[in-house]
Amino acid sequence: MSLASQTIKGLQTLLQKKEIQPKEIIDSVAEAAAVRDGAIGGYLGLDQELAHRDAEEISGGVLAGIPIGIKDLLNVKGQPCGCASKILSNYIAPYDATSIAKLRASGGVPFGRANMDEFAMGSSNENSSIKPVHNPWDLERIPGGSSGGSAAIVAADEAIAALGSDTGGSIRQPAAFCGCVGLKPTYGRVSRFGLTAFASSLDQIGPLTKTVEDAAILLGAISGGDKNDSTCLDESVPDYVADLQGDIKGMKLGMPKEFFGEGIDPAIRASVEEAAKQFESLGAEIVEVSLPHTEQAVAVYYIIATAEASANLARFDGVRYGYRAPDAENLGEQYAKSRAQGFGNEVKLRILLGTYVLSSGYYDAYYLRAQKLRTLIRQDFTSAFETVDAIIGPVSPIAPFKIGENVSDPLAMYLADIYTISANLAGICGLSLPCGYMTPSDGQRELPIGLQILGAPFDEGKVLKLGHNFEQSTEWHQRRPSLG
Amino acid sequence: MSEQGPAFDLSYVANLARLELSEEDVAMFEPQLQGILSYMEKLDAIDVSGIEPTAHANPVLNVTRPDEVCPSLPVEEALRNAPKSANDQFVVPKVVE
Repeated sequence: MSLASQTIKGLQTLLQKKEIQPKEIIDSVAEAAAVRDGAIGGYLGLDQELAHRDAEEISGGVLAGIPIGIKDLLNVKGQPCGCASKILSNYIAPYDATSIAKLRASGGVPFGRANMDEFAMGSSNENSSIKPVHNPWDLERIPGGSSGGSAAIVAADEAIAALGSDTGGSIRQPAAFCGCVGLKPTYGRVSRFGLTAFASSLDQIGPLTKTVEDAAILLGAISGGDKNDSTCLDESVPDYVADLQGDIKGMKLGMPKEFFGEGIDPAIRASVEEAAKQFESLGAEIVEVSLPHTEQAVAVYYIIATAEASANLARFDGVRYGYRAPDAENLGEQYAKSRAQGFGNEVKLRILLGTYVLSSGYYDAYYLRAQKLRTLIRQDFTSAFETVDAIIGPVSPIAPFKIGENVSDPLAMYLADIYTISANLAGICGLSLPCGYMTPSDGQRELPIGLQILGAPFDEGKVLKLGHNFEQSTEWHQRRPSLG
Repeated sequence: MSEQGPAFDLSYVANLARLELSEEDVAMFEPQLQGILSYMEKLDAIDVSGIEPTAHANPVLNVTRPDEVCPSLPVEEALRNAPKSANDQFVVPKVVE
């Protein structure tokens, strides 16, 4: 087994015994990327020499010497940070994001820029302005998005682990589609400083890994308060790895009836119901819960997220950084032309939508109403967590579709985010991990199915423990795509 | 919102967003936005009277820190990504005659 196929945990042991050097891991990841990434497209760039230099400076820590792939919207000092957008094609990050600084403090080496939907806007990674990402399980299909590159490189053993960001499911959904583990932390668990903002009240950075234990290791490394992000809460960071120990007997898990209604693929439904039985056999109790405002979540999300995006992306004006249109005659033209030439279609669509819902005469009808409904969605979860320890359900109602199949119908894509977006609106944490495989009606290849475990704010320890117990009692996480 | 309908002036919104749109852009975005806004009308069915709006999931108020001088990004580095700069400043097209 190559070093690139290893887990963080496995490499920790090998490094501690001095059987391997950090440089060898970096080289193994680079080699795997050289062999496989041409077909997958998960990386936008890999600076092997820089990683070697970074690895030499490590003095210790839980991630000492382990390279971690970085989604292209996190600032790593001196490296490109293009958000897979033409408007930032020449941008070099002037500082480290807090999550990167924490990663380095734990001995981790940021290595590789992971492909993504432009500015994290998308659920299929088809909106990357550089190139699409292909699902390692079936190269004709999407890997999910927006952290599609991060998920694909982990699933294809082209990375040990990766960081992504989740605004409406952008870690959990690609993890589910690629058969790896993805965690969206509680809003305020991980600093957003240095994360290129999409929707500031929804964005969170989190790990994509091969095992739940690795997710616990990586989450522990990047969590904690930050004076540069006042929304990042100064809550103590528990030992998430130690919290994995022990059984889950007597824990109560809720299955929201709204997550199993119309529109879900029967194979996904069956697989998640099977996972619930597995939890029962591990000693957990399964009960039905209700999240009554699930049906409104997609509309609420796409009002709030686009409104925030329209404000956040106003900073791309061709003045301080990024692309500047060469043919503008005055400042107003420079803004409008630079943005027109620099942004891709999905980003433009969302800016237009967000601008409209905030505009005079429509603010109350759309934005304010959505914020009120956000209160109701949040209350749904608060009530549910009064009676259950965690909520389990599917990550996505659909299997990964073929690249190009839905590009002209953005609403159809938005609707498939239904099970993941409410966690961002409520600010709670959520884990995605493999719980089965299916062969879709329009394909021959097996595709992974994701199980979602949602927890109350700052209940990552409980969610990870549930995931770890499930994972270790099943074999789903051991399967790897057959490539080439 | 239904009495206003999802009809809207795309060129007005594009100007607010400082986004130049071509005729092809308008032909593509207009039906897409109409479809999305029609879908959003389903929110009208929910009574939200008396409900407080939520702006942040985990609201924190008045986060303060000591007012101390700290190092910040050096001017040279802050200007490194600028499309055009001179005299330690960003250069833009003339705005006043």
